[in-house]
Amino acid sequence: MRNEKTHLFDNPHNVKRILRILYGCCAVLFVLDFVIHRHITHSWENLWGFYAIYGFVACVILVLVATWMRKFIMRPEDYYDDEGRADFEDSADDELPEKDNAAVGGHDVDA
Amino acid sequence: MMWMLELPPFVPFYIGAFIVLVSRGTLRAAIMLAIPVLSAIHLWMVPEGVYLQFAFLDYQLIPYRVDKLSLMFAYVFHIAAFIAIVYSLHVRDIVQQVAGMMYAGSGLGAVFAGDLLTLFVFWEMLAVTSVFLIWARGTRRSYVAGMRYLIIQVLSGVILLVGTLFYGAENGTLEFGYIGLEGVSGWLIFLAFGIKCAFPMLHNWLTDTYPEATVTGTVFLSAFTTKVAVYALARGYPGTELLVYIGATMTCFPIFMAVIENDLRRVLAYSLINQVGFMVVGIGIGTALAINGAVAHAFNDVIFKGLLFMSMGAVLHMTGRINGSELGGLYKTMPRTTMLCMVGAASISAFPLFSGFVSKSMVMTAALENGFDWIWLALLFASAGVFHHAGIKIPYFAFFAHDSGIRASDPPTNMLIAMSIAALLCIAIGVYPSALYSLLPYDTGYNPYDATHVLAQTQLLFFSALAFVWLNLRGLYPPELPSTNLDVDWLYRRVFPTAARSLLSVIWTLDSTIRQTIRLRLDSFLGHLARRHEGPSDLLSRTRPLGSMVMWVAVLLATYLFLSFVG
Repeated sequence: MRNEKTHLFDNPHNVKRILRILYGCCAVLFVLDFVIHRHITHSWENLWGFYAIYGFVACVILVLVATWMRKFIMRPEDYYDDEGRADFEDSADDELPEKDNAAVGGHDVDA
Repeated sequence: MMWMLELPPFVPFYIGAFIVLVSRGTLRAAIMLAIPVLSAIHLWMVPEGVYLQFAFLDYQLIPYRVDKLSLMFAYVFHIAAFIAIVYSLHVRDIVQQVAGMMYAGSGLGAVFAGDLLTLFVFWEMLAVTSVFLIWARGTRRSYVAGMRYLIIQVLSGVILLVGTLFYGAENGTLEFGYIGLEGVSGWLIFLAFGIKCAFPMLHNWLTDTYPEATVTGTVFLSAFTTKVAVYALARGYPGTELLVYIGATMTCFPIFMAVIENDLRRVLAYSLINQVGFMVVGIGIGTALAINGAVAHAFNDVIFKGLLFMSMGAVLHMTGRINGSELGGLYKTMPRTTMLCMVGAASISAFPLFSGFVSKSMVMTAALENGFDWIWLALLFASAGVFHHAGIKIPYFAFFAHDSGIRASDPPTNMLIAMSIAALLCIAIGVYPSALYSLLPYDTGYNPYDATHVLAQTQLLFFSALAFVWLNLRGLYPPELPSTNLDVDWLYRRVFPTAARSLLSVIWTLDSTIRQTIRLRLDSFLGHLARRHEGPSDLLSRTRPLGSMVMWVAVLLATYLFLSFVG
């Protein structure tokens, strides 16, 4: 590349620093749970670190389920591209891709 | 001055659209900017009440009625219209400019409609004006998407009209107040609102078309249509328990789709449904706090979702790309857009001191206080999820992640100003929520900033971020892939057309077989008849002697002669 100036996150140290700040915040917030008295509306909130654990687990489940969903609902980018060909001028007479389903298995979703 | 009070707010916008049509250059820009400002000042002075009504056939129509609920939506529509107009000042497309003004005006007309027939008129105007913002993109995809959008929106309007007619017959009035799920009309109107509100299974028009609209068109679109539907539900169906479950579903299912979606504006469209879900839950709970929460969240959502759509629009405008798989590293050359996007991301994620926090927490508190434990858990899940896809994914894949090598600069000044206005509002409302609360329909004395709420929400968000980091480091995070994800639209874009096509081909084959069989049968029958009745022995071809003919003629004449003598 042209001799570009290096940016904030080009330096891996800065990325590490950000992550360390995040870990620190998480630890402090978790400890605060034991220090700050909160008024409880629901019995689940009594559990230590309920919100912290719930947030973490929820996100992990969300991402894993969503990744798994790709197996069923992911199609090639041009899946719907034959739509409206008759109505639009640039239709040309190229063959419509009929084998949409054949291409599904080819995606390595975990790549 | 009295006639000024009676001027419904949609009128200046419609007149403005006409002036835009006949003016040009700087004058046109000045007029477009002036109209929302003047209209907002005028609206600020309007007290509550009914300003316009007349009799139509047997019914009393109220095209202009002002109360706290409608005012709240009208204020935010003015803000949204102003921001969107600033954002689109560089656009030289008159179709979009006129459509944008008419669209904003139709939204205002709908929230001030005091009867269902007026509501119907603006309901359809919303559809007809906004579709031009999609078509203005000029691609084949936007053309067909716009067609689908128009069909679904107009269908919603037609259902609303039928429901209105039933409502008039059942109740003898068309006044738009509490409707409830009673009778045919209640359900029909509920369905019509539900389509525009993007209820689950009816939601796909939104995620299908918003990402296909123009850069500036999507900013307009995100503000009005769904919020008008939220307003209509808040007026017609507060406290309808079904809405709690519908809303909770709306908050949860789009986040899964958003995590694996590649088009970043489509990710935002999914998160729009997720945010509307919070509002629908609030309306379904129906207590003063819950309704306040729903309305306040609608208000905030228009601004922070607008900000997010604007920042992604800026990316699309400057790079020509919007897929997460093609972007990354833009913070280096678009630092201002990055910062503004992150303000929007923090607001939608409901970080304390940002606008989402002060409104979403009301709905959550109301759910817990009214015994909707599972719904509360679902909302908590959705809160973590929205942070995950809108709060982290959007800024991360557009501005950070791997360096895509794109070196686009920040967008034109007018775009930056529009985004800055929205960002300032997000922070201002978050820091000083009392101003927003004072405009709400009810006075609940709610305070979002107590230690419990702040700590709980911060923990939730920070540990969601931790989960993102952990998944990324472990390589478990799904990469952005160029793809199309199937949603409900697959049914009407692929399954139904294919099924209809094969059904028709079966019918055609059957039809031609039956015709052919019948024709063969008929042919052979005629042939059979012909064969049977030819030749000398047959009935039709027998010869008769001339003499007998002469004899019968003589008999006939003799009979005439006889009759004439008798007569």
